[in-house]
Amino acid sequence: MSTMTREETAALIQEVLEVYPESAREERAKHLTVNDQEVEQSKKCITSNRKSLPGVMTIRGCAYAGSKGVVWGPIKDMIHISHGPVGCGQYSRAGRRNYYVGTTGINTFGTMNFTSDFQEKDIVFGGDKKLSKIMTEIEQLFPLNKGITIQSECPIGLIGDDIEAVAKQAAKTLEKPVVPVRCEGFRGVSQSLGHHIANDAVRDWVLGNRDEDTSFVSTPYDVTILGDYNIGGDAWASRTLLEDMGLRVIAQWSGDGTLAEMENTPKAKLNLLHCYRSMNYISRHMEEKYGVPWMEYNFFGPTKIAESLRQIAAFFDETIQANAEKVIEKYQAEYQAVINKYRPRLEGKRVMLYVGGLRPRHIIGAYEDLGMEVVGTGYEFGHNDDYDRTIKEMGNATLIYDDVTGYEFEEFVKRVKPDLIGSGIKEKYIFQKMGIPFRQMHSWDYSGPYHGYDGFAIFARDMDMTLNNPCWSKVQAPWLKSEEAPEAAVAGA
Amino acid sequence: MPSVMIRVKENGALLFYIAKKDQEDEIAEVETDTEESWGGEVLLTDGSRYYVDPITPRPSFPTTLRFKRV
Repeated sequence: MSTMTREETAALIQEVLEVYPESAREERAKHLTVNDQEVEQSKKCITSNRKSLPGVMTIRGCAYAGSKGVVWGPIKDMIHISHGPVGCGQYSRAGRRNYYVGTTGINTFGTMNFTSDFQEKDIVFGGDKKLSKIMTEIEQLFPLNKGITIQSECPIGLIGDDIEAVAKQAAKTLEKPVVPVRCEGFRGVSQSLGHHIANDAVRDWVLGNRDEDTSFVSTPYDVTILGDYNIGGDAWASRTLLEDMGLRVIAQWSGDGTLAEMENTPKAKLNLLHCYRSMNYISRHMEEKYGVPWMEYNFFGPTKIAESLRQIAAFFDETIQANAEKVIEKYQAEYQAVINKYRPRLEGKRVMLYVGGLRPRHIIGAYEDLGMEVVGTGYEFGHNDDYDRTIKEMGNATLIYDDVTGYEFEEFVKRVKPDLIGSGIKEKYIFQKMGIPFRQMHSWDYSGPYHGYDGFAIFARDMDMTLNNPCWSKVQAPWLKSEEAPEAAVAGA
Repeated sequence: MPSVMIRVKENGALLFYIAKKDQEDEIAEVETDTEESWGGEVLLTDGSRYYVDPITPRPSFPTTLRFKRV
């Protein structure tokens, strides 16, 4: 199907909304829109960060997922206790592939699961004693940990345990930072509030720890990478580019990051923010308290990388600016070869995205570099400021959906018939069974990195591998294929 | 009385940010904007107005202030 007009897209939204009861229809209509680049403020056309309706299939996570899974979890030399029943920690253990360097169980603990495994008696009598016992045990078993965080699960808030008091007590006896995080799953409407709570915990319990400590020698070229979780090695691919430019990366938040890096972050000259949604809070705080400026950047696809490198360099002197040009020059042959190889195979293909907090807008550039077009995008847990930034990136008359429900997403796909869908594991098998090529864009489908020039090569290869895979014409059983059109697309079936 | 963080944007304009509402708007006009003090009624680019008692000396941005809706 060719590109849809504004009217067709609007009609499609109306048609999809038809099945809902009236009140649900009114509510959901606010979350679906046709993109109009003229609109300055997203709040005029889309509502976001609202509670999902009971009864619809939402794809969102919880505050605990936002704090333990996203922000705190990747800090490799701290131990993160999933405080509460065993499931939350166990089923999310190591699933996000935040790569790190270190010996797991000795000086790094990224893929391990620590939990207080709440039982009935802990719910009835409170789990404070158990928690302090756990922390003593942790100290005996893993003496090289640099600190502990307590990530609350729902029951902690429900029974009202005073984890702050336990944390303060433990911090005294262990002489290490112990951070209580009030990220009970029921808080907020999605994982987004978990990010905020985690940011606030960093602000209150970690960031000021080394304010008096002058032993860290800073240089005029110190930068940090914020909001890069090193999925499949993303942060490493970004870091090499910055270092090639002559900058010194003093902290990674939080992929492959350490507690000391976090504590030294206020000593940087510039905070580079990749995932705006999950770490803008702490960036704003550092700008206010320590005067460290921050800027958003985008390391997906050569066009955006070059743009970002130049913007970053503009903060520094001419040497760095010249270096930025050299870096772009140095990789040009490499990425041009990637484009030359894959662009003819991917040209004109249409993509629908539905991811988390930054990718629905950040990846658009990378697809465009390969000659592909993003025809629909949306956030699980984005806020208005995310949509403000998205409107400009997306083409006119494309679909934008916020917290899309399972039903809506399926219907949109049936009608828009994209050539590729990028979303998460929960959507993957539905669409693959519908015969549509699919990539998981949360975990890069067990591939990666996708950031930086090195990542772009992998990105292009993966997209080609998925899209041009011969399996898609074999999804329908041979005896079910109609005589006249043996090669008919099965997408609409 | 929203708590508002005001920071200087890349283009030099002041950005009015209400965390609770994820609202980011540029400040179009400020009643008092001198070397000594800053504040009074503030007009945003989206047309809404807020008020803060003028602050002396002029604060250095970014800073967080409590505004009143006008």
